[in-house]
Amino acid sequence: MTATIGTTGSSVTPRAFELRPVTVIARKVVGEASRDRWFWLYCAGFAVLAGAITVTAVPDQGLIGSGGFGRTAASLVALVQLVVPLMALTLGARYLAGERDSGTLVFLLCHPISRAEVLVGTYVGLAGSMFAAVATGFGAAGLFSFLRSAPTDPVLLICLAALSWLLSLAMLGLGLLISSTVRSTSTALGTALFVWLAVVFLGDLGVMGTVVATRLPVGALFATVMTNPVEAFRLASVMALDGSLDALGPAGTYAVDRFGDGIATIALGVMVAWTLVTGAAAVLAFRRGDQT
Amino acid sequence: MIRVEHLSKAYRHKVVVDDLSFSVTGGEAVALWGPNGAGKTTVIRCLLGLIGYEGLIEIGGMDARANSKATRGLIGYVPQELGFYGDLTVAETLALSSDLRGLPRTRISEVIKSVSLEAESNKQVRELSGGMRQRLGMAVALLPDPPVLLLDEPTSSLDVDARRRMVSLLDSLRGPDRVLVITSHRVEEVGMLVDRVLALDAGNLVHECPPGELTGRLNLESWLHVVLPSSQTTTALAHLVAAGFDAHENGHGVLVGVSPEDKVSALGCLREGDFNIMDFEVWR
Repeated sequence: MTATIGTTGSSVTPRAFELRPVTVIARKVVGEASRDRWFWLYCAGFAVLAGAITVTAVPDQGLIGSGGFGRTAASLVALVQLVVPLMALTLGARYLAGERDSGTLVFLLCHPISRAEVLVGTYVGLAGSMFAAVATGFGAAGLFSFLRSAPTDPVLLICLAALSWLLSLAMLGLGLLISSTVRSTSTALGTALFVWLAVVFLGDLGVMGTVVATRLPVGALFATVMTNPVEAFRLASVMALDGSLDALGPAGTYAVDRFGDGIATIALGVMVAWTLVTGAAAVLAFRRGDQT
Repeated sequence: MIRVEHLSKAYRHKVVVDDLSFSVTGGEAVALWGPNGAGKTTVIRCLLGLIGYEGLIEIGGMDARANSKATRGLIGYVPQELGFYGDLTVAETLALSSDLRGLPRTRISEVIKSVSLEAESNKQVRELSGGMRQRLGMAVALLPDPPVLLLDEPTSSLDVDARRRMVSLLDSLRGPDRVLVITSHRVEEVGMLVDRVLALDAGNLVHECPPGELTGRLNLESWLHVVLPSSQTTTALAHLVAAGFDAHENGHGVLVGVSPEDKVSALGCLREGDFNIMDFEVWR
């Protein structure tokens, strides 16, 4: 169907989903993130902690062998497990809710763009911002290693950065799903913090508690662990570090015995699935809502 | 241009708009008039497709539900509560709006000029006064030169001077190819701007009439506050009451109940009594 825009007349035929508004909104989101003090605080905190880990994990370059960077990398994985989900969840959760609170969501939605385009554009923009944050953190780690002339494995560093970004995409989807379903920024942030606690701490402790209480079979334990994207990230990272999951206990041993090298693919698949499912759920929730 | 049939909207169990039908043809200016909570803003949001609804809305011959992007492309909208990105400048806000509509940015300076914001074009939105933000809202709405303008209480947050300028601007926007739909709860403003009034109450259409007939249909009474020298207040009050007016002493003068069409008779009565009218205003 053709609509004539303007009293002077120029015809356009908008499709249900177009890339142009998505890129416009993504650019806007990246621009806002670059002016957001919270975003820079997160980036600076992540970079400082990553740099500090590099310095403290490599205390004396003369004593460090090839395993030295492995220790740094393991510490970085532990840091990413805490910081990246927190950044991505809160960034995603407060974004649309914040737009709603400030009235700018109405400004966007009164244009000839669809809610799906707004959400996807926001997702892409926030994903770009998270890429910058992750790159800043891992860049700081690499820089400190270089400055101390410590052994560095650039390929491993890039691999861990890519896994961290993938984890951030899954958490962003979850954050935007929260943002699409609640009415205020404060509720969105509170919910995001609760989810962060659940995936980072309760997930781990809860699984351990469940194993003790129910004597869960190891296969079921592994499946339970793998539903958590943070655990999937840890599994994929440990595989990237030295290819052995023994350090992860019976679930890790079971995973290697059962799936072999395919475990990395499964872990990546879990993170991609979380990204797609939470993103799609966020689009559906945002399209259905009357909240502007 | 706009056809609304059996429009209904409820939030949970509260009906906000109830089986509303009306149409607006090209070149017409129509007001949705009513007290707070009458459903005016909800109707506007339904026209924009910002919220779900029951019934049919057609804009430019298209079903607004099935073609919401296309119909929004025909609409310029000024919301009651303006939400802008505070750290963007006026020009950047219009550039963003232009990009979102897929329009060339060539009209931006023309639109800025039309709302007299040239001096503020490089100011951040957070630095603008309420009146300037309202004009920026108008600029955003006018950017695509839309055939349909929806204005939700466009003068509600403006002072007297800014309101006068806004009314003048809105009047200049009328044209044979453009439809104006304005929500307002001010009877006098409605009278200045539109051809037809749809009076809403609790989501129902209670009257549809020319603006001049609205006050009579609704039996609205106005109060004329006349400021007099304190030495004349008591005698002026007695004079008005004797002439059959519903009058009361009030502060520095008298308050006289008048019909909206005949406010001047109370002033005439006081002039005949040789009272010194220092000032007056109409309260509704």
